[in-house]
Amino acid sequence: MNAILRSAVVSALMIAGSTTVYANCGISSGRVSIVGNEFPAIQTVAKGAMDCAGEGIEVKSNLTADHQKINVAGLQGNPAEYTSAIIANSSIVALMNEDVIRPLDDLVAKHGADIPKNQLITINGKVMAVAFMANAQHLTYRKDVLAELGIETPKSYEDMLAAAEKIRAAGKSEFPIGGAYKAGWNLAQEFVNMYIGHGGQFYKEGTAEPALNNDSGIAALNMMKELSAYMNPDYLTHDSNATGAEMEAGNVIMMNMWGSRVGKLQDDEGAPAEIASNIEVSGPLMVGDSGTPATTLWWDGWTVAKNISDADAEATFLAMKNGISPGILNDETMGQAVWMIEGYTPAPVNQGVFDSISSGAVAYPMLPYHGLMHTALGNELADFLTGKEDAAKTLADVEAAYATAAKEKGFLN
Amino acid sequence: MPGPLADQTGCMKHKTFFWFILPTSLAMLLFIALPIVSVVMQSMYAPHEQVIVEVESCDIFGCKKSTMVDQDATREIREAEPLGRFVGTEIYTNRNHLATTEIGLAWQQATGFSEFVSALMNLPFYRALAFTLTFTFVVTPLVLILGFMIAVAVNSIPAPLRGPTIFLSLLPMIINTLVGSLILFWMVDARGIVGTLLQTLVGDPNLSMKASTPLTWVMLIVYGVWHAAPFAFVVYYAGLQTVPKDTLESAMMDGASRWEQIRYVIIPHLLPLTTFIALMQLMDNFRVFEPILSFNASAHATSLSYFIYDDLGGETRLLSSAAATSVLTIIGVAILLTPVLIRTWRDFGRK
Repeated sequence: MNAILRSAVVSALMIAGSTTVYANCGISSGRVSIVGNEFPAIQTVAKGAMDCAGEGIEVKSNLTADHQKINVAGLQGNPAEYTSAIIANSSIVALMNEDVIRPLDDLVAKHGADIPKNQLITINGKVMAVAFMANAQHLTYRKDVLAELGIETPKSYEDMLAAAEKIRAAGKSEFPIGGAYKAGWNLAQEFVNMYIGHGGQFYKEGTAEPALNNDSGIAALNMMKELSAYMNPDYLTHDSNATGAEMEAGNVIMMNMWGSRVGKLQDDEGAPAEIASNIEVSGPLMVGDSGTPATTLWWDGWTVAKNISDADAEATFLAMKNGISPGILNDETMGQAVWMIEGYTPAPVNQGVFDSISSGAVAYPMLPYHGLMHTALGNELADFLTGKEDAAKTLADVEAAYATAAKEKGFLN
Repeated sequence: MPGPLADQTGCMKHKTFFWFILPTSLAMLLFIALPIVSVVMQSMYAPHEQVIVEVESCDIFGCKKSTMVDQDATREIREAEPLGRFVGTEIYTNRNHLATTEIGLAWQQATGFSEFVSALMNLPFYRALAFTLTFTFVVTPLVLILGFMIAVAVNSIPAPLRGPTIFLSLLPMIINTLVGSLILFWMVDARGIVGTLLQTLVGDPNLSMKASTPLTWVMLIVYGVWHAAPFAFVVYYAGLQTVPKDTLESAMMDGASRWEQIRYVIIPHLLPLTTFIALMQLMDNFRVFEPILSFNASAHATSLSYFIYDDLGGETRLLSSAAATSVLTIIGVAILLTPVLIRTWRDFGRK
């Protein structure tokens, strides 16, 4: 190697060495790898974290609707494949059950003084996650159709049924109600909403014993069946993507929809302007006379894996903190969610979630065995809606399927 | 007809044979035998009893009483018995699998056979098994027949047209299962092309294939046949090229019609291939899975594979349950293949 070449190589190495500058996240080195659900708000957070990537700092993300199928396995290894899982109040339970996420108290003390207290999710006195957005399902409807027929905005599922009958009779739509009743997770979620709306409790007080085969459960199922008469006959295959598409196509006039998904319906993609501009949100629907809305409150937040080095944990904490810093908010991202971030100004599309919070709705149950209940509901409820069996038998089947699974998992004897 | 290699196996030295078979045996041990052992083990152990503690949990909506798993206490139990708690065949016999207790009860309480069957079909494992077996035993013969018919048809069209025809006939197999079934899923949608056509033909605007259990089964079976027929076709088509010309010609001289030629010459000649395709199809169809997922059909049809997927895909994974179903599936495949294997063994012995 001649002298000129050698000096060129040396100086090149020196330049490379001296460019160890940091993005403004305060990370010097480390590995950050994020797994999470895929919707606009989470993409924004992940992008905010990715901005911390730089020399010696690797930040990557895997956002997928199948996140909960992979996050436990992805956090279980040592070192864990993912250093952070973005989760919601239902899915953090699976990670807590398997003991794969790390308490964040030390990192909060060191770097998190500016994170508002109410964003810290504290379980048994330990900070386990940092929430960044709230979410809920609430009424989403076509204001032009309701106005034309002189129908008041429904406040309850009973109102919704009456409105649906009028809309059908007026020939506006044969199937005016959208229901994300796809067998499995979605169907179970709608039952959870409806059962809570009827004032139901899932378990015998203080135990993991199921207790939903009761009048509230039967009333909830009957209401779901009445609603289904006004839904596209394929409703058992529809998730919220499908009901959203049905609303954009002008077929669905009213539905219970996730606040985080309404923005997509109102934008200029998919629906013609005369439909998109008439999609409005309202508060959660009531049912019966329990006084509790038939919906659940949700938060989304991030966690840090347990099986990683302290350096990687610190890097992950800082990158994720950057992902939820006020800097990520701009005109485009502002309306994507009900952000728990300083500087957030609510957009009209977020009103449904705020109404849900202020109307006394309860949070989705965060219990170690509730995932098994949700699965059992998703598998068994279709038998009632297809008319194969009555409500009490279906609920008995749910209890039996849940109890078997809970016994296997060691939650019941 | 035995080939030159088969002639030599009789006198192949044991040592040579050993080295010849070693890589295959190792691979089979590693990738088939060991996983089966592991699955059987898993199915007989369940997670330890969970130590649940009552805690206060605070989120953005406020604080409330909740429960969680006491990880410190659980860790000690886990370290003492890392495999979990031995439950023997408990998982196999519980309600979500063979449901022995529930079946016993149903048998005592049922007033008639149909009531017993409907009680049986209410149990998740038997519901999955019923669809799996129906699918297997309807799709397999249809694939054989359809594949054979396509092969005979393609074989008799002019040579220049054969290439493009073969390519088109193979398309269903080339298209990925998930994608292929998704295409059909949208076509049979209540607002899709096939769905709307059926509504018009039947004169019922509310007809939905996806809302009806029998129609969903039909749809899945049609998909299964559509997807697998090209496989049978390709194998049969290759087989048709080996039909001895002189036998066919002499049959023709004897005045055999085209049907008689097929019946008495071609079909017997292709019998070993039929066994092969049947074997492959029985195995493939018994583990039917992707169409159920793509068709969102789980409200009407589940299969053993779907059952395993469901156990592994929930927020709380049921590993022991999935393992037990896997073992039961393996046993099912073994039972299913026994007649075919016995037949093959006899044929082999006769030669």
